[in-house]
Amino acid sequence: MEQALALIFMSVMGLALLIYIILDGYDLGIGILLPLAEADEKDMMIASIGPFWDANETWIVLGVGVLLIAFPVAHGIILTSLYLPVTLMLVALILRGVAFDFRVKAGTRGRRLWNRMFFIGSLLASLAQGWMLGVFVMGLEYHAVSVWFAAGIALALPAFYVMLGCAWLIIKAEGALFEKAIRWARRTIVPAGIGLFLVSIATPIASSEIAAKWFSLPAGIGLLPIPLTTLLAFATVAWLLWHEQALKAGYGWIVFLAMAIICLMCSLGLAYSIYPDIIIGKLELVESLAHPKSLQFVLVGVAIAVPMILAYTVFIYRVFSGKASELSYE
Amino acid sequence: MELDPFVLARIQFAANISFHILFPTITIGLCWLLVFFRFRYTITGDRNWEYAYDFWVRVFALTFALGVVSGITMSFQFGTNWPGFMERAGNVAGPLLGYEVLTAFFLEASFLGIMLFGKGRVSNRLHLISASLVAVGTTFSAFWILSLNSWMQTPTGFSLEDGVVLVESWPEVIFNPSFPYRLAHMLLASLITTMFFVAGISAWRARKKVDGPATWKVIRTCVFAAAVLTPVQAFVGDMHGLNTFEHQPAKIAAIEGVWETERGAPLTLFAWPDEETRSNRFAITVPKMASWFLTHDFDGEIRGLNEFPDAHPPVAPVFWSFRVMVGMGLLMILVSWWAAWSLKRNERAGPRVLTALSLMTFSGWIAVLAGWYVTEMGRQPWIVYGVIRTREVVAEHGGGTVLATLLVYLFLYAFLLVSYILALRYLSSKPAKSLLAGQQLVPGSPAPEGGTQ
Repeated sequence: MEQALALIFMSVMGLALLIYIILDGYDLGIGILLPLAEADEKDMMIASIGPFWDANETWIVLGVGVLLIAFPVAHGIILTSLYLPVTLMLVALILRGVAFDFRVKAGTRGRRLWNRMFFIGSLLASLAQGWMLGVFVMGLEYHAVSVWFAAGIALALPAFYVMLGCAWLIIKAEGALFEKAIRWARRTIVPAGIGLFLVSIATPIASSEIAAKWFSLPAGIGLLPIPLTTLLAFATVAWLLWHEQALKAGYGWIVFLAMAIICLMCSLGLAYSIYPDIIIGKLELVESLAHPKSLQFVLVGVAIAVPMILAYTVFIYRVFSGKASELSYE
Repeated sequence: MELDPFVLARIQFAANISFHILFPTITIGLCWLLVFFRFRYTITGDRNWEYAYDFWVRVFALTFALGVVSGITMSFQFGTNWPGFMERAGNVAGPLLGYEVLTAFFLEASFLGIMLFGKGRVSNRLHLISASLVAVGTTFSAFWILSLNSWMQTPTGFSLEDGVVLVESWPEVIFNPSFPYRLAHMLLASLITTMFFVAGISAWRARKKVDGPATWKVIRTCVFAAAVLTPVQAFVGDMHGLNTFEHQPAKIAAIEGVWETERGAPLTLFAWPDEETRSNRFAITVPKMASWFLTHDFDGEIRGLNEFPDAHPPVAPVFWSFRVMVGMGLLMILVSWWAAWSLKRNERAGPRVLTALSLMTFSGWIAVLAGWYVTEMGRQPWIVYGVIRTREVVAEHGGGTVLATLLVYLFLYAFLLVSYILALRYLSSKPAKSLLAGQQLVPGSPAPEGGTQ
């Protein structure tokens, strides 16, 4: 019973955080790219995420919410030990979030300030998230290896978000911005790829617990699809980026899909590395579980609400499908 | 002076939640007002209602964004600063917060997109439905968070096991004794705050001569709504107070400044409650009135603060916050009635009424903050009344760490609040669309000052 509940809530949390990484990932990536664009392109970039960002950001609230509800002890330990990066991320997300609205409602003089805030907020939030992911994978330990590892992920995650942002722009943008998105993606894919590769190699080296899980037979063979699928998805992205006619023919969405598949594979890998712990080597999911009676009460809500949320999220994306036109409040 | 991390953590939480509450208070009410505008447009076909919607939906978007980002901060604060709260009361708090996310946050955030950018992409009917869904979402959000807050004030339906709260009955937890009163009081507060906010800004526009017919439709709607809602709020607030008297007598003792248990307690209008001497200095009192208000009997008994040694709230802040809230409430009744009377007699209100309305733009914020200070400080030293003390659940950060993050937040919030008000000013100083539309109908009319954009 408790094992099942722990697994269910870990899955819901994982799903929410995965959706967050993909959806807010492209928002944040576009924020990081903003300074590279011309003024009218900036408006187009922001218009392409305008109707979505609010709901995208809500997924992290659900993810952290499930951590809080289902694993309160772990929630306390994780968030107190990540106190400063969490604060940095929150401040950054605040700046990014309000910049959306302020930049069009503060007059021309204010617009430049808020564009800059949008960029800074997006960049800092991405760096902070990468750092926290790194520290978390290292079991919330601070020593030389874990700090270097976390610093590496802190740089790799923004690159990954930039790739997602480019993929989104390839779907949404037209004309010069479309061309630029392809160029930006071509320039980012190499560091993003190297980053992903290094993280995959470094994780088992830095953590003996994770190494033991991956390099044992027969589990090791069963896990092969994860790196193989990632590699295939990566190759697809690379191939498409250098075949512009395919992107122009309307197959740009495959880039985004392939990026989403990479995210999925990474999180499956991460989940496998951690399970059955919630803090690697320190705390098991079940030990940290809230009272089953409370969780059953929440589970009813999750079972009803999450499918509905997914359904109307799809609906909203359909309403605003196609190339981003100028979205104004007028 | 040594920094007490506990005090700093409390100040930080107070700063975050005070900043946060400003925005949901407006979005809950404003969203229903927007639904009303949209609905009026749908049934009457009068473009002025759509102009009103178009203007206020932009204010809504801005306010909503500030509410969302400051709310995310709140959801992390529990873990970063008050981990003991979730460890001990998580079985209640977790599910209630969870239901808020599941039933409210996604609904609001998703359909907001259509509400803002749906014009031309979806039918008017779907636009109206989307606005209604966002309004329902904001109200659900208030439902769950006020249920949790009320449970912390008047906990029921639980048992304790090794200091950890276990739920015995969800209906008793959710519909705990103070919840219906607090929910009604806050929803009304939200509506009233919105009416003064919207009427205030509209009145400012009228004084700046950038108003159109739509501006006046908005002013009339808000003034008449406020004139009806403010006395209802006084009544609901009184009932809420009686409920508190029953369940949290120490809070009422602090509100009334009653130190010793007494029959026929006087109503203290003004005083300086002094915890050193445990008495009120410079008190101005009305004999027996406090007893009459609370027990509806001139000789009713009120339990004094001295009956709760070591377990009553700080007296002066609660005492004063309460008077600020009530004073502001009375002023709001007066101003809304005066404005309503003036608008009933004339098509448009005169400059004095407009000035009064625009001075009262943020009056709701003051009353709401003061009211929350009464209820939250009034719960101290408990985080869950009578069950868990606040000091037991604080995180063990160094004073310097908490001070540093507190200063960052304070600086950021001050910056955002100034930016928010400047943006409102900028939006409001543009000529109303209904004004421009009206002038285009009259051939040869002069262009409005400053051009169209």
